Amino acid sequence: MPPEYLDFERPVAELDRQLEEILAGPPEDREEARFKVAALRAESERVLESIMTGLTPWQRVQIARHPSRPSTLNYLQSIFSDVIELKGDRRFADDQALVCALARIDKQSVAVIGHQKGRTTREKIARNFGMPNPEGYRKSIRTMKLAEKFRLPVVTFIDTPGAYPGLEAEERGQAEAIAASLFEMSRLRVPVIVAVTGEGGSGGALAIGVGDRILMLEHAVYSVISPEGCAAILWKGDPASKVADATAALRMTAGDLLSFGVIDEVLKEPPGGAHRDPDRMAATLKEAIVRHLGELKTASPEDRVEARYQKFRRMGVFKEKKTAVSAPAKPRRKKSRDKD
Amino acid sequence: MEISQDQKPSASLKRVKIPEGLFLSCEGCKEILLAKDLEKNLGVCPKCGAHHRVSARDRIAFLIDPGTYSEFASNLAPADPLEFKDTQGYKDRLAGARRKTGLADAVCVGEGLLEGVPVVIGALEFGFMGGSMGSVVGEKIARAAERAASRRAPLIVCSASGGARMQEGIFSLMQMAKTAAAVARLHEAGVPYFSVLTDPTFGGVTASFAMLGDVILAEPRALIGFAGPRVIEQTIKKQLPEGFQRAEFLQEHGLVDIVVDRRRLKETLRVLIDHLMPGTVNL
Repeated sequence: MPPEYLDFERPVAELDRQLEEILAGPPEDREEARFKVAALRAESERVLESIMTGLTPWQRVQIARHPSRPSTLNYLQSIFSDVIELKGDRRFADDQALVCALARIDKQSVAVIGHQKGRTTREKIARNFGMPNPEGYRKSIRTMKLAEKFRLPVVTFIDTPGAYPGLEAEERGQAEAIAASLFEMSRLRVPVIVAVTGEGGSGGALAIGVGDRILMLEHAVYSVISPEGCAAILWKGDPASKVADATAALRMTAGDLLSFGVIDEVLKEPPGGAHRDPDRMAATLKEAIVRHLGELKTASPEDRVEARYQKFRRMGVFKEKKTAVSAPAKPRRKKSRDKD
Repeated sequence: MEISQDQKPSASLKRVKIPEGLFLSCEGCKEILLAKDLEKNLGVCPKCGAHHRVSARDRIAFLIDPGTYSEFASNLAPADPLEFKDTQGYKDRLAGARRKTGLADAVCVGEGLLEGVPVVIGALEFGFMGGSMGSVVGEKIARAAERAASRRAPLIVCSASGGARMQEGIFSLMQMAKTAAAVARLHEAGVPYFSVLTDPTFGGVTASFAMLGDVILAEPRALIGFAGPRVIEQTIKKQLPEGFQRAEFLQEHGLVDIVVDRRRLKETLRVLIDHLMPGTVNL
């Protein structure tokens, strides 16, 4: 797959090209050029670091959506063994935007569930750009219940623009499917580990996001609405120019979410982002999953479910005053007239 | 989550000011109505049956026996954890919504009797920032579900919402998980939960507690969905069919049990409670 570069990655593109040219050349030239290779690599790392330290929230969104960013299927291959994909919700269809599988990690069988956006145009269409329909969430619920029945932990990977806003999705109950998934995940008796690997887009992301541990890759994002959607609603006149502002206002980076206590751990990405070194990213992710699974396995199912309930029960920020803050309810019905 | 505060109501009222008292024009049938008559008829047009939007407090008053309602968690007020600012600061928007509705946030929860049966009830206020769900709405719905479980009293929630509240960012999103989890506990306690969908109910509210009722009721012609009609049209680049996302459409597609006239909602709930919790109602 040829690497793709975002605008702000351009400065490394030329260095990458020179490196590749040398590495593709005859072995004797490569030997001769080894100092040049080292220098190019060092330069590339230096440039990348300066790009990454100055990332704006909107640039982070672009990295989270990077066309070369490792996907659920990549991680299934690099982190797990004996992978068997499960298909279909047994009611309507198989949704390729949400992948479900049984797999092994560190000698432990688990159920893996994750969004899949697709890389080529054909894949993207087949996988609906990673936007699940109701049957995707129903397949996922089915897989989680299967895992519970055979006492297998559940690992999910979040990477979606959101649940699909389509006509047929509405007809088949998109909202009900997401609601049912939240309902079931909140009471699963097996350990649940969630990793936000790319784009955490709204309810379509959260639907597989109710876990005992919520991990997030350094450049992943997670929010209630996409920056574009937010800008379109709140800056009606000129939304396109306000997308970066909306991104900043939504506070959707891994650092923000960690400071809010919404996620438990940020996983460091290789220099330049996960797509620059997918193997290293996979190793980091694997280590974290194995570590958290080890911790979670020692608790009883009852304690785990209770802790998960309390974890989400606590989320939210509000003021609790000494007295009522709303006007008191009138004992009898009073006229209600809209002000506008 | 889509906030659709500017969604067209199924039927809206236009004010026609005439010196002697207040008249209203029903946009369902264009008839001029006496405001008093409409109010007496629970906001349903006596001529064409159009269900006009009503406030959260009015909704509760329609269902709870007079003098038996007591509100709880009314001391909760929204914060501004993101210090969110678009064309206007979140704090200013909140202040405006508070002035307009008299409420601190977009939901009221309380306890009372429904034809003599103790129930826990919640109603969302669409007039408060489009009934959007932020931390306060999520917390109050969760507390209502927990109270219903501990009292073993049925839970009734009347929804009217554009979805999750953008201005509280990720905290709003997490209210979906929180309310769904609280409803799951109520389910495990074996206490019934009736979800009443009113015009309009969308986004993160539909995709959490609103679609999780043991029995799901909806008002006639109410617009209900996950994504707003505008977003869907932009996505599929087609015009949506007549009646799309109306209560009747949802019922046809197997997503709603009962489409019920507001004037019969109370007795319908009472019969449902008697079916699911026999012995609590003296028929």
